[in-house]
Amino acid sequence: MNATPDPEAPVDAAFLRRWLDTAASVMEREASRLTELDSPIGDADHGTNMRRGFLAARTAVEQEPPQTPGGVLVLVGRTLISTVGGASGPLYGTLLRRAGKDLGEEQAVPAARLRDGLRAGVDGVAALGGAVPGDKTMLDALLPALDALTGALDAGGGAADALAAAAAAADEGAKATIPLRARKGRASYLGERSIGHQDPGATSSALLIAALADTAREDG
Amino acid sequence: MSGPLVGVVLVSHSAQVATAVADLAAGLTGGGGDVPVAPAGGGPDGGLGTSSDLIAAAARSVDRGAGVAVLADLGSAVLTVKALLADDELPSGARLVDAPFLEGAVAAVVTASTGADLDAVAAAAADAYTYRKT
Repeated sequence: MNATPDPEAPVDAAFLRRWLDTAASVMEREASRLTELDSPIGDADHGTNMRRGFLAARTAVEQEPPQTPGGVLVLVGRTLISTVGGASGPLYGTLLRRAGKDLGEEQAVPAARLRDGLRAGVDGVAALGGAVPGDKTMLDALLPALDALTGALDAGGGAADALAAAAAAADEGAKATIPLRARKGRASYLGERSIGHQDPGATSSALLIAALADTAREDG
Repeated sequence: MSGPLVGVVLVSHSAQVATAVADLAAGLTGGGGDVPVAPAGGGPDGGLGTSSDLIAAAARSVDRGAGVAVLADLGSAVLTVKALLADDELPSGARLVDAPFLEGAVAAVVTASTGADLDAVAAAAADAYTYRKT
C-alpha cells in the first residue's frame, strides 16, 4: 500500500493517517490552550475532550488501518462521537463521518474531491448544530477554510498550497470570532460576556485544517 | 396491557441527574412501574458529559418493539442523540423528544405506563413545556 503517491490524487488513506498522527499530536500539545479558551465562556473541557478523542482515534486507526481515505475519516468520526464526551464529539464526528461517507470507496482522490467531502461534512455540522456564520462556532473557521481551498484550487494551485491557504483562512476565521457574541452552546448563555474571547471550537477547527496543510507540505 | 410499552431513555450530562430523574419519573408513575426506563448519564470518562455508548446501550435495553422516547438535557446530550439517530445507531423505533428534561420525563413515563404509543408519549412529553409555574 506504499506506492508512490499520485501527484494528481495525493489524498489516500496513508495521507489521512499521517494527518491523524499530526492532529493527535497537535491536540496533545494544544490541549491546555483549548481548555483555557473554553474556561471563560465554556465548561473548560474542550482541550481535554479533543485530546482524549484524537488519541483514541489514532489508536483505533492504528489497530485496524482503513485502506481508503473515506474509511479513515469514518473511523475517526465514529471514535470521536464515542470518546469525546462534549458537544465537539458529535459535531466533529459528524463532520468527519459525513466527509468520509462522501468519499465512499475511492482509493486516492485529488484535493478538490477532499474539498467536496469536507463540504458535505460541514453541511452536516451546520444541520446538526443549527449554527450559521457569525454565531461564534467552529463554522466560523471551517467555512472560510472551504472558500479559500476552493479559490486556490480554482486558481490552479496545487494541493499543498491550497491547503495552506485554507489553514490561513481558518486561523483568521478563528481569530475573527473574538469580537462576536456567542449564539450557540453554553457560551450563548453568557450573552454580551462572550464577547472578547476566541471561540474554542473555531480554534480547534483551525488547528485541524493546519494539520492537513502540514501533512500536504511534508508530502511535497 | 395489550402490547409492549414504549421505552424511555434519559440522557443527562450527569449520571446522578439521569438516575435521579429516572427514579422520580418511575416513582410518580405509581402502579405503572413496568415502563422500561433507562438513564444514560455522564461522559465516557464517568465525569460530566455525554457517552454515545451509554445512550445506545440504554436505548437497546428499553426497546420492547413499541418505540423508544429519548429525552436529553443540554448541548452535547442533544447533539449526540441526533448524531446517533442520523447514523441509525439507535433502535429503529427510537426518537429524540423535544421536551423539558424532568417534567418531560415524568409525562413520558406516566403516558407510556398507560400503553400509549410513541406519538402519544412524545406529545405528552412535549406538552410539559406548556406547564407554567407562575
